[in-house]
Amino acid sequence: MAKMHIALRVNNRQVETLAEPRMLLIHLLREELGITGPHIGCDTSHCGACTVDMNGKSVKSCTVFAAQAHGAEIITIEGLAGADGSLHPLQEAFREHHGLQCGFCTPGMITRAYRLLQENPNPSEAEIRHGIAGNLCRCTGYQTIVRAIRAAAERLTSAKEAAE
Amino acid sequence: MSAEIESAQARTQKLEGLGTRRKRVEDVRFTQGKGNYIDDLKLPGMLFGDFVRSPYGHARVKSINKDAALELPGVKAVLTADDLKPLKLHWMPTLAGDVQAVLADEKVLFQGQEVAFVVAADRYIAADAVDLVEVEYEELPALVDPTKSMAADAPVLRDDLKDKTSGAHGPRKHHNHVFTWEVGDAEGTARALRDAAVVAKERIVYQRVHPCPLETCGCVASMDKVNGHLTMWGTFQAPHAVRTVASLISGIPEHKIRIISPDIGGGFGNKVGVYPGYICSIVASIVLGVPVKWVEDRMENLQATAFARDYHMTGEIAATRDGRVTGLRCHVLADHGAFDACADPTKYPAGFFSICTGSYDIPVAYVTVDGVYTNKAPGGVAYRCSFRVTEASYFIERMIDVLARKLDIDPAEIRRRNLIRKDQFPYQSALGWEYDSGDYQTALDKALNTVGYAALRDEQRRDRDAFRRGETRKLMGIGVSFFTEIVGAGPIKNCDILGLGMFDSCEIRVHPTGSAIARLGTISQGQGHATTFAQILASEVGIPAANITVEEGDTDTAPYGLGTYGSRSTPVAGAATAMAGRKIRAKAQMIAAYLLEVHDDDLEWDVDRFRVKGAPERSKTMTELAFAAYNNVPPGMEPGLEAVSYYDPPNMTYPFGAYVCVVDIDVDTGVTEIRRFYALDDCGTRINPMIIEGQVHGGLTEALAIAMGQEMEYDEYGNLKNASLLDFFLPTAVETPNWETDYTTTPSPHHPIGAKGVGESPNVGGVSAISNAVNDAFAHLGLTHTQMPHDHWRVWKTAQRLGLTAA
Repeated sequence: MAKMHIALRVNNRQVETLAEPRMLLIHLLREELGITGPHIGCDTSHCGACTVDMNGKSVKSCTVFAAQAHGAEIITIEGLAGADGSLHPLQEAFREHHGLQCGFCTPGMITRAYRLLQENPNPSEAEIRHGIAGNLCRCTGYQTIVRAIRAAAERLTSAKEAAE
Repeated sequence: MSAEIESAQARTQKLEGLGTRRKRVEDVRFTQGKGNYIDDLKLPGMLFGDFVRSPYGHARVKSINKDAALELPGVKAVLTADDLKPLKLHWMPTLAGDVQAVLADEKVLFQGQEVAFVVAADRYIAADAVDLVEVEYEELPALVDPTKSMAADAPVLRDDLKDKTSGAHGPRKHHNHVFTWEVGDAEGTARALRDAAVVAKERIVYQRVHPCPLETCGCVASMDKVNGHLTMWGTFQAPHAVRTVASLISGIPEHKIRIISPDIGGGFGNKVGVYPGYICSIVASIVLGVPVKWVEDRMENLQATAFARDYHMTGEIAATRDGRVTGLRCHVLADHGAFDACADPTKYPAGFFSICTGSYDIPVAYVTVDGVYTNKAPGGVAYRCSFRVTEASYFIERMIDVLARKLDIDPAEIRRRNLIRKDQFPYQSALGWEYDSGDYQTALDKALNTVGYAALRDEQRRDRDAFRRGETRKLMGIGVSFFTEIVGAGPIKNCDILGLGMFDSCEIRVHPTGSAIARLGTISQGQGHATTFAQILASEVGIPAANITVEEGDTDTAPYGLGTYGSRSTPVAGAATAMAGRKIRAKAQMIAAYLLEVHDDDLEWDVDRFRVKGAPERSKTMTELAFAAYNNVPPGMEPGLEAVSYYDPPNMTYPFGAYVCVVDIDVDTGVTEIRRFYALDDCGTRINPMIIEGQVHGGLTEALAIAMGQEMEYDEYGNLKNASLLDFFLPTAVETPNWETDYTTTPSPHHPIGAKGVGESPNVGGVSAISNAVNDAFAHLGLTHTQMPHDHWRVWKTAQRLGLTAA
């Protein structure tokens, strides 16, 4: 199958690669670019383990062709920490509040929560629960994930207020 | 000497030992996407394997044509049973003493069964090649209903066993019969039932479900042909057992096999078994001389690896008029699918189902279990429970409620009347178990008081009156369960798998600078072993948990152990950790005595150091002793500070708990909302309360999934109708309620630190609490039992059957 030239920005880095038209974005990230944070849990866009941020929206990268990401700006879990290596408040809050166990859903969950907090910086518990409904977790029962996202929201909001 | 004046309390805090809400060390990498799961592994030259699977539940394989597949560029091999035959690898032994086809040998027996293994340059080419393999089938009648398995005219499923009159667990009475297992006093129980004032009878089905961890099963096999070494990475809950089994199956000497379990994305029992994908990957790597990866997709996971439950139980419970249980009888029809691939200890083909007398003082009981074959996937794994314990607990907790209805006694009250009393421990159950410790009454009282049980019942009465008056269309249900688990398998005298005693192990090395590494025979799949086992050790040897590395899962470095499932890690490997730590401390004490020029007995342990009795200013810290172990030990003593413990537990542990669930059911839609769920767990000594709470939340969420929506549905042809996450219910954050957790602490008397294990309790107790609540909502209308799962459709049907809705 003829390959396509695909250029995109991933975690603030310009990358170019050749890929078959049918290649899925998750495979491009994991197999070609070595970005293994996003995981494959279901192949059918139900579990959300493959969630990445594409042009400012959460997408399930198992249901996006790599070709569709041509020219796109992608952020994965690997791109959330600061340039100095400092963790994103969500990453810290997930650890602080025990928002993960086996860790398999965690990259997708945090990446989804990252976008949720851009869309709604001060979400209620119900809004968080609906906001992450596309991301399944088999270990935690979500309670501590919700708590972690709420805590990160508060920290981000107060940091923003302090800066203003 | 500032450390000297620090209080014992301050020094204890620094250790982050037992009882500390220590943050998990695993999370640092997981939150940054730096976990290392099986599909993340990429080796030079690695190929990718994929299966051609049966579309039929039961069919004869007439021919397989792999020419077209082999012509596709990038395809390296297509393996069928005929290719494996010369190696005698077309069948493999199961953990339950049966055999399973690695690749279909003349017949397929369930939908999704492995027929051919394609190996290609990448997963896309492999998938293309799977489509190009032409298999000609002759469809045979499928048998999906276990109640019809042993009918005289039932089709023969297992041609290989057709004429065998006995199996691994005794005589077979039919061509589709696996085993009959019985325990207890048949005559005494019959007498108790005959003489009883009241007998309640019920048929209770625990439907077929699936553990469905978020990561599916997979492996990478790499055969180094130069030195004859096989290295295998994979999602293995029992890496050492996999090594032994791999050696026995393949003939490769065990010392030339290295099994590595990397990070595992959840297991819940799904990753205990040995699957055809593992064997085919090994063979392909041997044949092709390069590493071969196999990772199943979600549909394959649901179709082919490790179902759980499928227990069809008939119970009879005898009692006095005031609700004292006088006897219990149970017959189970167990659907084992096409091959008996349960992962139970050898002597227990129905696992520990005989814990089904539960938390109650029942004088006599009798259980029989008939295992049968059907055209469904093999498995029967312990999905987030010790072997068949959740089935047993569901059975007795429903039976007690059924009895309560019959006698018109409150479900909490009838439990109170029958609970084993504190003074009866250690308690000998009618079916042969010795419960180690318990204080059931205290736990039940605490649970009922905390939720305000009496007030809830008052509210329910008022609600029912309002319902009768037409003021509401909702019914309130209150479910109580009081479960006893049996975990920590187990004593070698009665627990083994394929002859391997179910001990576990820990090896500790203390480094000269006072930090340490501990290696165990278990493997975490999210339980946080690297965090909690360091805590156990910190308290035992006085080294801060932060300075202890915990390593598991590499058979070349870790001591032999039977792995992580059945809540056995803390009861068995946790005990081994404590015992190995005590050996370290004993040697350190001798070194301290030598350095301080006193007798061993003149020293006392103080958090992280030895002090001279009566002269507390004279002491040696563990850090000092670690260094001394490498340069200044008593004459005649070996240098170094290492220990290993292989722990054979003297008994199982028996965690217990009292759960209360309150639901509100909209009778017109069947929508059932969990208003409140309170879970009191007693898991003995608590190592890390944060992790315990997380385990309880997760287990309850899986219980919610089972009780409220999961069922693997097969049609009459053997098609699995819900083999994707679109159709198979996994709760999202929206359906999942907030869980309330609580505890009492009754240490295990025989465990070195008194811990009992907790990971599986919430699944065991949770399913029955939710199911009891749903049944309770309709109890005043005469309902005694409806089958799970209580999804909206079924609940609505129940309401309709009871005349609550327009037909």
